Amino acid sequence: MAEPYPIDDDEISVEDIEIRLLLEAIYQMYGYDFRSYSKASIRRRVMHRMTMSGFASIMEMTDKVLRDRPFFVTLLNDLTVNVTEMYRDPEFYRAFRDEVVPVLKTFPFIKIWHAGCSTGEEIYSMAILLEEEGLYDRAMIYATDIDKNVLASAKKGIYSIEAVKQYGDNYRRAGGRHSLSDYFTARYDSVIMEQRLKRNIVFADHDLATDQVFGEMHVILCRNVLIYFDRALQARVIRLFSDSLDMGGYLCLGTKESLRFSGQEETFDVINKPLRIFRKRQLLHHA
Amino acid sequence: MDRIGPVKAIVMGASWGGLNAYTRILSALPVGFPAAILLVQHQHASAENRLPWLLARYCQLPVIAPEDKEEIQPGCVYVAPPGYHMLVEEDETLAFSAGRPVLFSRPSVDELFLSAGAVYGKQLAAVILTGANEDGAKGIDYIRRRGGFTIAQSPVSAEAPAMPEAAIKTGAVSRVLDLEAIGPFLAEQVAG
Repeated sequence: MAEPYPIDDDEISVEDIEIRLLLEAIYQMYGYDFRSYSKASIRRRVMHRMTMSGFASIMEMTDKVLRDRPFFVTLLNDLTVNVTEMYRDPEFYRAFRDEVVPVLKTFPFIKIWHAGCSTGEEIYSMAILLEEEGLYDRAMIYATDIDKNVLASAKKGIYSIEAVKQYGDNYRRAGGRHSLSDYFTARYDSVIMEQRLKRNIVFADHDLATDQVFGEMHVILCRNVLIYFDRALQARVIRLFSDSLDMGGYLCLGTKESLRFSGQEETFDVINKPLRIFRKRQLLHHA
Repeated sequence: MDRIGPVKAIVMGASWGGLNAYTRILSALPVGFPAAILLVQHQHASAENRLPWLLARYCQLPVIAPEDKEEIQPGCVYVAPPGYHMLVEEDETLAFSAGRPVLFSRPSVDELFLSAGAVYGKQLAAVILTGANEDGAKGIDYIRRRGGFTIAQSPVSAEAPAMPEAAIKTGAVSRVLDLEAIGPFLAEQVAG
């Protein structure tokens, strides 16, 4: 057996430096800040793009990024992981209906921030849920993402008919009351979400790594976004969420995400542990 | 290369037939086993994650359904959750990604193997088990190039031979072992 050519630790260090320079180049040139993202995740996605696009080295790819905006957009799409679905984790939406909605019904007005909304599938999931619970007319959903391109598709609300077929099952398991097809119009091989679902959604670009508080929210949904951040950035973002939430406001994270390493477990009560629904503690004693 | 050097972690990957293979291997590992075990079993994202619970019944080591950023501890078994890729960070914590399936699989064996190979280098062993696709072959090749020790289940002892066959075809497998031999081999070479 011929020995394969080795990749020693120095080579790994060189790649790490090259990746840091690439992220710095992206930040300097385009303003997107991936410097505090999970290194393992970024490394896999950079290597994937390098193979797919046939670059010999990360440095060569960095050069391309700096000079070729369309190529940057391709890489941006890799780095931001826009993989989502309607009613992703149906059990979460079921729990939200059962455990959060009854409290929201006591509020005169509901502000919901969906941070990292990607192409919007989960935004429409929530809008439909609120509509079915009779809450949507007093709700406002702030849908934000770092990537303006995916926000544009979120706003359009057009999805492939193949994908939507699979969402019907999610919708039922999430406790949907009607049929998902009541909420979109099919044409050719795609569907467009009903215009009326968009009436209380505001789309805006927002970068959790650099932007500020998004005030006085009753619910913040940020599911499967924090997993891409390093611990320091996670802690920053959890603080940002805590500062953006009203007392008693809800924070919903992805099912593998945790407050454990953010140093802010004390700020929240656990409402549903496996489905990661938390509630900002009320201040009992005013300082 | 016949012996596994001192390793911090062992990564394993399986698809079709994996549950049986994992129970055989894990039941052979003694209490106080010094390396962490990180494993991927292909399964549907919608499946309730009963795998850690099932494996714990056959295993003397703690079996963990890990959270994002969890520290990897020696002697613990970490099971990749359905619907996420499981990756190893430079500081030996776990990271997850809900990125696209790789070779139709999420979790993907390659994603775990490639990230663990970068971090652990020589201090890693990898085991590729029964399965009906080629996931893990790229990872095995990379781990070998990083100086890690690589094991493939013998295709004749696999319920589905395609996965170990693909790994063996890369020329990067250090040892081919029958399923019954893998657990005792790890127990002797890593814990011995």
